[in-house]
Amino acid sequence: MRAWFAQHRAAVASALRRLWSAPLNTLLSLLAIGIALTLPAAGFVLLDNLRDVGRSASGVQQLSLFLTVEAGKKDVAEIESRLARTVRGKWRFVARDEALKRLQASEGMAEIVASLPRNPLPDAFIVEPAEAAPEELEALKKTIAAWPKVAHVQLDSAWIKRFDAFLRLGRLAVTLLAAIFAAGLVAVTFNTIRLQVLSQAAEVEVARLIGATDAFVRRPFYYFGALQGALGGLLAFALVAGGLRLLAGPVAELAALYGGRFALAGPGWSAAAGLVLAGAGLGWLGAQLSVSLSLARAEP
Amino acid sequence: MILASGLTKRYPGGHEAVREISFEISAGEMVFITGHSGAGKSTLVKLIAAIERPTAGSLVVNGQNLAALRKSALPYLRRHFGLVFQDQKLLFDRSVLDNVLLPLQIVGLPRREAVRRAQAALDKVGLLAREKARPIALSGGEQQRLAIARAVVNRPTVLLADEPTGNLDAAAALEVLEIFESFHRVGVTVVVATHDSQWIERYRPHVLRLDHGRLLAA
Repeated sequence: MRAWFAQHRAAVASALRRLWSAPLNTLLSLLAIGIALTLPAAGFVLLDNLRDVGRSASGVQQLSLFLTVEAGKKDVAEIESRLARTVRGKWRFVARDEALKRLQASEGMAEIVASLPRNPLPDAFIVEPAEAAPEELEALKKTIAAWPKVAHVQLDSAWIKRFDAFLRLGRLAVTLLAAIFAAGLVAVTFNTIRLQVLSQAAEVEVARLIGATDAFVRRPFYYFGALQGALGGLLAFALVAGGLRLLAGPVAELAALYGGRFALAGPGWSAAAGLVLAGAGLGWLGAQLSVSLSLARAEP
Repeated sequence: MILASGLTKRYPGGHEAVREISFEISAGEMVFITGHSGAGKSTLVKLIAAIERPTAGSLVVNGQNLAALRKSALPYLRRHFGLVFQDQKLLFDRSVLDNVLLPLQIVGLPRREAVRRAQAALDKVGLLAREKARPIALSGGEQQRLAIARAVVNRPTVLLADEPTGNLDAAAALEVLEIFESFHRVGVTVVVATHDSQWIERYRPHVLRLDHGRLLAA
């Protein structure tokens, strides 16, 4: 057990020494790996932010129920009692005067509203059903539309569905991108490890002649690949976090111009851990492939 | 200890470097393998060290038949040997001490203990003062002694050397052979391949004389 530990520690130390002994090569490899991981990581972070935008815009599904313009207080009470009977969930009554006032408050609308001869807006209910399954909402919409004095029922979920579909597509695209770059990372590691094996040929030969096992010979190369990948992952995290930091200010300004409040969420610590682990795992894989091929050829 | 019978090594292309050799080396013996250049000395050393595999015949070392040994068992067998090569095979990218530490790292000895033993081995060959030097800075004789320190640091039962005095002047060669003799005296089996027969008088070893791959009667 102690021997096992000592051997692994020696292998890690040797891998670190090799990384350190050729700083320019190491830096270039790290850049290649870091950038390969940065692009898909940035894609995932942006998609996460977009999803948050979608959620904050409308986390719950809504039905907007518009009455006819001539509907009176009695009709409103009638609709309210029907809602109480059929819908599980919340609703809120928006009186036509209140709606007009809100419209007036909106940017650039005050003059338009003032120029209107009379209030064109109907009374309305905003309904938030407890069950949000698309088919049930669709059925509910049909039921309500058949009630008296109901002019129009609008299901405010269509755009959410479209947005979701768009996000799914984006996610798929970024996943494909990630797979391609992962293959690239394995290839980069494969190549650097191949060069390592060539430059360490004397050591490998001597070690074998004096009783090194296959595992002993391979271990430093595996650690080298994994360390290089992990450092590349760390670099990717720094690039994504730095890039988002630069974008955060302008994005918040843009959101403010549209009268909203939105802050870009950066990658969290779990994303950092994920990137480092992914880099290490892929580096290890590349090293394994490379060492197996290079050493099989050097077999005495 | 080492028992060969009908040992033959044929290289691809048909050249028979060693032909039907039989001999026995007992534990603790000092053995010289002599013969002209190309007689098969190096091949015989490589066969004993399990670097080459016999084409025919059997070779039993420490009770294990090398011809039938699994590849995964080779590293553990080699740890019983201390090997000194004709071209030393020192690693020039690290210090003298680190060269001697390598066999101990391979068996996973803790660093502190390994350094202690490596320094003891360097002391034995008179190189302790040079432990921080690079092998390239050593003279030919010193490099050969460094190779010996690396070979013996793991306390092998058999010390195998291929032309260890090949590139050395008489004084340096004598130093190297004196070191081998000292290991022989403490019970290590020492097998030295050399074309130089002038030392036989001095050490009176068990001699295996090769000629064109065959063993001549002593």
